[in-house]
Amino acid sequence: MLFSPPSSPPAMHIPDGFLSVWVSASFWIISAIVLTIALRKTSHSLEKRQVPLMGVLAAAIFAGQMLNFSVAGGTSGHLLGAALAVILLGPWPAVVVMTSVVSVQALLFQDGGILALGANIFNMAIIGVFISYTVFSVLARLIKKRPIGLLVSGFTAAWSSIFVAALACGLQLAISGTSPANIAIPAMAAIHALIGIGEGLITTGALTFLLATRADLLKPEGQAKVSHKGILGVGSLIAVLLVFLSPFASSHPDGLEWVAEQNSFLQTAREAFYNIIPDYALPGISNSALATIIAGLVGIVVVFAIAYLTARAEKRSSAIERLRD
Amino acid sequence: MQDFYRQQASPIHKLDARVKLILALAFIFFLNLTPDGAWPALIIFLTVSFSIAIISHLGIIFVLKRSLIALPFFLAAFPLIFSGKSPHLPLQILPNLTIFYSPAGLQRFITIALKAWISVQAAILLTATTRFTDILTALQQMKLPRLWVTVIGLMWRYLFVISDEVTRMLHARSSRSAAAPGKAKGAGTLFWRARVTGNMAGSLFVRSIERSERVYTAMLARGYDGQLPASSTVPLTNRARLVIATGLLGLLLLWLFSLLSTS
Amino acid sequence: MAAIIEIKDLSFSYPDGKRALSGINLTVYSDEKIALIGANGAGKSTLFLHLNGLLNGEGQISVKSLPLIKKNLAQIRAVVGVVFQNPDDQLFSPTVFEDVAYGPLYQGLDQQTIRTRVERALCDVGLSGFSQRNPYHLSNGEKKRVAIASVLSMQPQILVLDEPTAGLDPRARRELIALLSELPQTMLIATHDLELARQLTPRTVLMNAGSIIADGSTDQILEDKSLLLEYGLL
Repeated sequence: MLFSPPSSPPAMHIPDGFLSVWVSASFWIISAIVLTIALRKTSHSLEKRQVPLMGVLAAAIFAGQMLNFSVAGGTSGHLLGAALAVILLGPWPAVVVMTSVVSVQALLFQDGGILALGANIFNMAIIGVFISYTVFSVLARLIKKRPIGLLVSGFTAAWSSIFVAALACGLQLAISGTSPANIAIPAMAAIHALIGIGEGLITTGALTFLLATRADLLKPEGQAKVSHKGILGVGSLIAVLLVFLSPFASSHPDGLEWVAEQNSFLQTAREAFYNIIPDYALPGISNSALATIIAGLVGIVVVFAIAYLTARAEKRSSAIERLRD
Repeated sequence: MQDFYRQQASPIHKLDARVKLILALAFIFFLNLTPDGAWPALIIFLTVSFSIAIISHLGIIFVLKRSLIALPFFLAAFPLIFSGKSPHLPLQILPNLTIFYSPAGLQRFITIALKAWISVQAAILLTATTRFTDILTALQQMKLPRLWVTVIGLMWRYLFVISDEVTRMLHARSSRSAAAPGKAKGAGTLFWRARVTGNMAGSLFVRSIERSERVYTAMLARGYDGQLPASSTVPLTNRARLVIATGLLGLLLLWLFSLLSTS
Repeated sequence: MAAIIEIKDLSFSYPDGKRALSGINLTVYSDEKIALIGANGAGKSTLFLHLNGLLNGEGQISVKSLPLIKKNLAQIRAVVGVVFQNPDDQLFSPTVFEDVAYGPLYQGLDQQTIRTRVERALCDVGLSGFSQRNPYHLSNGEKKRVAIASVLSMQPQILVLDEPTAGLDPRARRELIALLSELPQTMLIATHDLELARQLTPRTVLMNAGSIIADGSTDQILEDKSLLLEYGLL
């Protein structure tokens, strides 16, 4: 049956065009490094059956994002799934699974940009997983009583993963100079504090079902076999940084703007370029209106020429094929 | 859920997936490097995108329809119109209502919107002209970690099966979501609706985990021993290399032109 | 007899252009039991998804004289209960009770009514005492019964069942047919199980490639071996 692709919370998958190339590239590098570590850790501890498990679960999380419940005024709550992936698989395989989900969403369904993919992976797969894991394992240790401990930790992990990821998203937009920090960050935080409740409730509902049917999948010893002190540390650090940095950043939007200015090497590049090629080398081009018209005209001519030529070539080749028959 | 590959006999469809992947990435990269207000360059980028839509026989309408997907995100950049750099100019909307906007911010907003719109077109063109299996092979040939490509491959294999499952679950739920006689509509509490959705997710995951166990058994039956199949690397043809080189050079020139064409 | 479902000139194509239904005309009268037979891909399930507005094709459908439009969906879904082919798609709660209570809870009924409804529905399908069991761990036959109970608890007047006997062992199948013959509702059953039609439904509708080929008494249609053979049912 054919259906439109899952519509996930639109504010989380950043499309291309909204992040500066500098920000995109940095997050590409960070995400690539973390993914490499995750893949290495996963293949070290990999049981053979985990490969199909990760693939099928990635598909289930992707498709599971279609599951929704109506909230009010046509809006609806969805699942993102990072916390559930962590609880079912452990943190490193969860990074691999969530990265796969976010990548296929971008590559195949244009849900999130390709250049922005590094940042989207960072927010949804890395922060989502690290924060979920940190919150979940700390709380699950504190509240030993089952099942209430599991449900409370699951809810909090899911909520925090969404909330902190949204802060990161807001910061990235602000650093890119796309959205003023004093608007982007509070807005992202407020919206996702609500969306996070939905995520938390869905996660709790899923855990209730899992407890009733396959409690063996949630055995704590399966999780605690290896303790991931590194993730705990980095997760706490990210949480602390973002939670404390964001209010600061949004109350000092000029500071971020300054960062954005410093990072715009474009400006520098352009100035350098002007020095190399003097204005008179390309007369008329610096006249913006004229250049626009010329560009448009050239473009239209090129399009039609190419389309005409391909159409003719096609006609000829199909004519030849018909002759052969 | 449907996949956006559109079968056509066009020169673009015939290109090596690696060529398309690299050029699409480079296209989006240079497009996003273009400075604010470089309208001539942005128009050329748009023209290139439209040309490829025509040459690949997909048509501009198809691409335009699909490219609306980035629309909701424009809201994030909207405040720029008012919060952009000074000077702020007055704009009288109603006789007694005047707002102040920043022309620099407006220019930046339009640039961001255009870049987002054209970037999404490039991604659409890539996926509509390239089978996902070919993109996967390309990723493998480009030396991405084998484990990751395998996970994505398995995910792709089961994505449509599982999304059909989700669709059926949603159908089953809505067919029981009715109003009591004499009432306009039902609903239950918000909290309860969210929990039921969670239960559905839980059920989906249990079924998927059990499915993965069957998949694993079937893989074992076909000789899987924990080693993933090695990828065979076919070197790029000279023609493909030429297309990549020309494309990259063209994009670089276009970017340099964009630096010049801003006032 | 009063018409309870009227379908006039219903056609439907999936978004990919595949035509699934063309020019369906069908009237179902109160208290009828009808078998809808046809090979895989004949359009039976697609037709069923139209009966409570899950799909929306061209043409007119009315249920109890209410036209099937968006405004009436919530009412119509209370009248038409659909039991899906795979009970796992329909049962998604940790306990049988919650699954059977879903419909009444959504309708906003009070606690006492809900409890009575659930007990009654479970009793009707012969599963009294199952309310705290986990649906996921029941046998296939029991799951089918819970799925039916989860619809009965909404007290529908029409039951629409998609392949109710598929995947059941002979005893579970026999028991399910016995159960269906005892339920008083108007029934529309899509099936490959010709024996079920013979035992349960006086009227049979034969579909092929999205159209109705034959509509008449079950005995007559099942007698016509060449017809059944032509449309892949023998």
